[in-house]
Amino acid sequence: MTRISLSVNGVAHDAEVEPRTLLVYFLREQLGLTGTHVGCDTSSCGACTVLVDGRSVKSCTMLAAQADGAEITTVEGLAANGSWHPLQTAFHEQHGLQCGFCTPGMLMASVSLLAEDPDPTAEQIRHGLEGNLCRCTGYQNIVTAVLAAAEEMRSAPGGR
Amino acid sequence: MIPSPFEYERATSVANAIELLSQGGEDSRLLAGGHSLLPLMRLRLARPSLLVDIGRIDDLRYITSEGDHVVVGAMTTHHELADSRELGEACPLLAATARQIGDPQVRHRGTIGGSVAHADPASDLPAALLALDAEIVIEGADGSRSVAAADFFQGPFMSDLRDGELLSAIRVPVTRGGASYLKFQRRAQDWAIVGVAAVVESEGGAISRAAIGLTNMGGTPVRAGAVEEALVGAGDETSIAGAAARVDELDPPPGDDQATPAFRSHLASVLIRRAVASAMA
Amino acid sequence: MATAEKTATRYVGGGVLRKEDPTLLTGQGTFVESITVPGMLHAAFVRSPYGSAEITGVDTSAASAAPGVVAVFSGEDLADEWAAGLPMAWPVTDDIRIPDHWPVAKDTVRHVGEAVAVVVAGTRAQAADAAELVVVDYDERPAVVDIESARADGAPKVHEQYENNDSYTWTLTNGDVDAAFAKADVIVKERYTQPRLIPNAIEPRAVLVRPTPAASDYTVWSTTQIPHIAKVLFALTAGIPESKVRVIAPDVGGGFGSKLNIYAEEIACLVLARRLGAPIKWVAARSEDYVATIHGRDQIQHIELAADAEGKILGYRANIFANMGAYLQLVAPGVPLLGAFLFCGTYGGEAYHFECTGVFTNTTPTDAYRGAGRPEATFAIERAIDTLAREIGVDPAEIRRRNFLPKGEMVQSPGGLAFDSTDYEANLDRALEILDYDAVRAEQAARRSSGSSRLLGVGFSTYVEMCGLAPSQVLGSLNYGAGGWDAATVRMLPTGQAEVVTGTSPHGQGHVTAWSQIAADALGVPYEDVLVLHGDTQVAPHGMNTYGSRSLSVGGIAVHNACGRVVDKARRIAAHLLEVSPEDLEFEAGTFSVKGVPDRTKTIQEVAYAAWTAHALPEGEEPGLTAHHVFDPPNFTFPFGTHICVVEIDTETGEVEIVRYLAVDDCGNVVNPQIVDGQVHGGVAQGIAAALFEEASYAEDGTLETSSMLNYLVPSAAEMPAFELDRTVTPSNSNPMGVKGIGEAGTIASTPAVANAAIDALSHLGITDLEIPLTPLRVWSAIQDAKGGAT
Repeated sequence: MTRISLSVNGVAHDAEVEPRTLLVYFLREQLGLTGTHVGCDTSSCGACTVLVDGRSVKSCTMLAAQADGAEITTVEGLAANGSWHPLQTAFHEQHGLQCGFCTPGMLMASVSLLAEDPDPTAEQIRHGLEGNLCRCTGYQNIVTAVLAAAEEMRSAPGGR
Repeated sequence: MIPSPFEYERATSVANAIELLSQGGEDSRLLAGGHSLLPLMRLRLARPSLLVDIGRIDDLRYITSEGDHVVVGAMTTHHELADSRELGEACPLLAATARQIGDPQVRHRGTIGGSVAHADPASDLPAALLALDAEIVIEGADGSRSVAAADFFQGPFMSDLRDGELLSAIRVPVTRGGASYLKFQRRAQDWAIVGVAAVVESEGGAISRAAIGLTNMGGTPVRAGAVEEALVGAGDETSIAGAAARVDELDPPPGDDQATPAFRSHLASVLIRRAVASAMA
Repeated sequence: MATAEKTATRYVGGGVLRKEDPTLLTGQGTFVESITVPGMLHAAFVRSPYGSAEITGVDTSAASAAPGVVAVFSGEDLADEWAAGLPMAWPVTDDIRIPDHWPVAKDTVRHVGEAVAVVVAGTRAQAADAAELVVVDYDERPAVVDIESARADGAPKVHEQYENNDSYTWTLTNGDVDAAFAKADVIVKERYTQPRLIPNAIEPRAVLVRPTPAASDYTVWSTTQIPHIAKVLFALTAGIPESKVRVIAPDVGGGFGSKLNIYAEEIACLVLARRLGAPIKWVAARSEDYVATIHGRDQIQHIELAADAEGKILGYRANIFANMGAYLQLVAPGVPLLGAFLFCGTYGGEAYHFECTGVFTNTTPTDAYRGAGRPEATFAIERAIDTLAREIGVDPAEIRRRNFLPKGEMVQSPGGLAFDSTDYEANLDRALEILDYDAVRAEQAARRSSGSSRLLGVGFSTYVEMCGLAPSQVLGSLNYGAGGWDAATVRMLPTGQAEVVTGTSPHGQGHVTAWSQIAADALGVPYEDVLVLHGDTQVAPHGMNTYGSRSLSVGGIAVHNACGRVVDKARRIAAHLLEVSPEDLEFEAGTFSVKGVPDRTKTIQEVAYAAWTAHALPEGEEPGLTAHHVFDPPNFTFPFGTHICVVEIDTETGEVEIVRYLAVDDCGNVVNPQIVDGQVHGGVAQGIAAALFEEASYAEDGTLETSSMLNYLVPSAAEMPAFELDRTVTPSNSNPMGVKGIGEAGTIASTPAVANAAIDALSHLGITDLEIPLTPLRVWSAIQDAKGGAT
């Protein structure tokens, strides 16, 4: 077993993990944060995307042990002070989700994308989400939602 | 899927990593960003007994200038390469290539050292390193050594890296002229069917020196010598296209579901022409 | 005031936001993998690495001794647990060959991925570790993976007991086909292949079974589209009384037909829970899902059109071969039949002959994948009519116009069915107008004449599809094993809210939202006051579930009609309370008012409370305000539309890029425009994926070569174009709301539009056929061949 200390959604955790425990299973099974999903076994689908120190990472392709000392944000930590992140609102308003299984990963990938480029074009959003697969939406409303959230975040004073 | 069980050690320094590797025996592997190794372990196609995690060795994570060279630490992520203003100016090819690897999540975790050490002939950075005449810096129990990229890649997933060694840095000359990496793939996140790394110096509209590295055109990244020679003196589209077509003179590339050898060669010639034009623009 | 109120409560057709979203957006969704119960054990399956082999021995001893292992079973060990093999519910002919299909194979494996043993352990990792220790001895046999090889003389037999690999042949004939072909001026003969597709719902399959040993009952949480059908079939297959099985489909992460099935792992976990008296969970890894979950399509189609000199089609022949895979999954033989009625598309004619043969191969079984039969049929007719247009030198839009069935209701198709409502020409005109067709053609000509290496092409698909399955009697005449009805119960709660219990089982379609809109309007209550319950056979006991774009036009209508019954009863109670007769009441926006005396009113909420207290009900009226309705539609519904794709082909690389994609669909009246658009987006994306990217391939020995998402190319946002959408509205007469269905239309329409566009771009080079998916290699090779060059 390996001992790790990390922060998840602002909460500090000390835990013992088997070395082979992938970060996603640590989050889901040891911390009960089941919002992060597993959709493949080849790092292809992005359903498991979380933020590690602010950047999007596929949590199926990272050992929990590698996350020692890191700050992790999952979809459960996206809303703050009881109000949704602008991306959550935009996905809702623009119908950017159907079955919702890829959605947590899409949201977290989008948070990272907008942190790196607050004013992307639709084309840049499509490429920024190239590591996330959705089988329901055809992506159009996801792109629209990210555009809408970006605009909202740029106009909101001290945005997120 | 879940990997087979293994032991895990977190290295505190390069020396510590080498020591841990030597203690761990032949099934020990270094773990950098994990984006080549962990996917194989999840499918249980790789079953190391010990992983030595070098992810916390901050000494391996840097981009710095040394005279007319840029040195990149092995644990520098693809994202950091793509995002570095310094690298973008000193060695734009490396930054442009890194930008096209995998997807953003992969670029956030995947490292230059891990990617190069993996020596996947379909991976993008090796061809760029070849075109750049890069040197690969390797640390071992007996000290440090440096290998030219041309000598480093020895076959599919085979390199000059020996058991117990650690790839610590990449040294590339500061680029003179223009550079471009073009990649042909089905989906943005896929490996290259063919990739072309081009560095071009020109005078008065004519090419004075060209270096062309090719991805997935053989068991190792390939340097397109015949094309490079033919490119010297070329300047207009026809002469560049003519030079690019000499990619035919290389050993025949592999064929697979996505490309026959003939199609792969043809794609390489098209991409060389476009990459050279883009590098000259 | 009354008018304003009425408008304010009209939800159908309006823009409400989905009720499903808040939990899904915050990580609070309940997917099967996220459900845990105390004492839960984990199953891992040992699967055949061979396409065809005899099992000569299974040694479970090492696995049994591994850490955490509770039990290990071979197929032989479990042979007495099954009451029947995995079910097949659509025996399309009387002489169809239906082989035994055991959840865990006993003596023979017939496809890579077939389960041969199962390990139960304390954790998922322990189960996976131990599964590797099960030693299975195989005697490998020759395999056969594709249709034509399987039908060749001397082909290896997938099932030894049959004389060849054919499962069935089903035929349909309308009119005198030979006469139609005899008098034709032009005959088009085409052969198309439909690639094998992997559905790829992003949630892999999973199942959790919790037994209550003392009560001999079982709760099954499954990633299924069909909890109600599953309940019946779980009971029959596992030999458990139906009353002892409860099936729950919680949040389900997409289906597209892949979760419209009864799977080995579901039944195996059920019998393991019975045998071990403990909860058993199994979650598929994606690569496991690729071999253990049904695939779709995989047909070879021969289609012939007979036409006169003007291109008016006289007759049609379609001869189809469909790859069933190694066994017959739940409705697999019927999939081509769903297309059988659509090979004549939106077009007229005198005669039609259809013939389909199902073929066994050593591959993962196929079954319904989004569109199921209709994408294949639509591809064939939409490709063939383009060929006809080229042969007689007519524009592809014009050839369609010449052949369209007339505008009308109950319009007879040469395919054999009467289409509920048609108006094809107006729909095409709308699409052409949005496209600016002449400008696109001018640009195409300019590129060609300038010698550009980026050629432009335009492709049409003026499709009709058949959904809303459907009249139970018609399904019965096709030997389908279930009814086509669906059920709804609507209850007014004492505090004035409404509970809608539906037999549909959504997995992304937004039924909670749409049924809320329907009920809110019908009952005159706020949208927020409607609660929709679904997906648990104990909560919603009656249902036929969600597939075949049937939910709105069958289950949604059941909701609408049940609400009507609630209002009828409420009217009687309100009349009693207001001391008038029911005919004297008007009902608007949730309020009953006495005609001519608008201030004498009872709201439906007041009536609900009165029905609950039952203090003053009319003579003979039962307490409570609840109604149930089961809707069995009189006909299918037939949505239609025009999809136009404009592609740019890089002749140097063979890359096909979609530069415009326009979809003008007609799904009748629309309940929720945003959801309809979303269904079109997603459907079109899957059809484009089939046209450009996706193809499952097998090696000759039965190995699935496209074994993961790394080499089976599910496209991302970066590969998809933006879509332009519009609608025409031609209400259906198959149901009182005039709705049709939209879940599959995009997938059905889009693949041929893309293929036609690519062929159009290259037609001046003499290219008349390109196989899908249109890979760069295929397109480039075709261009080289056309130029007379070598590839």
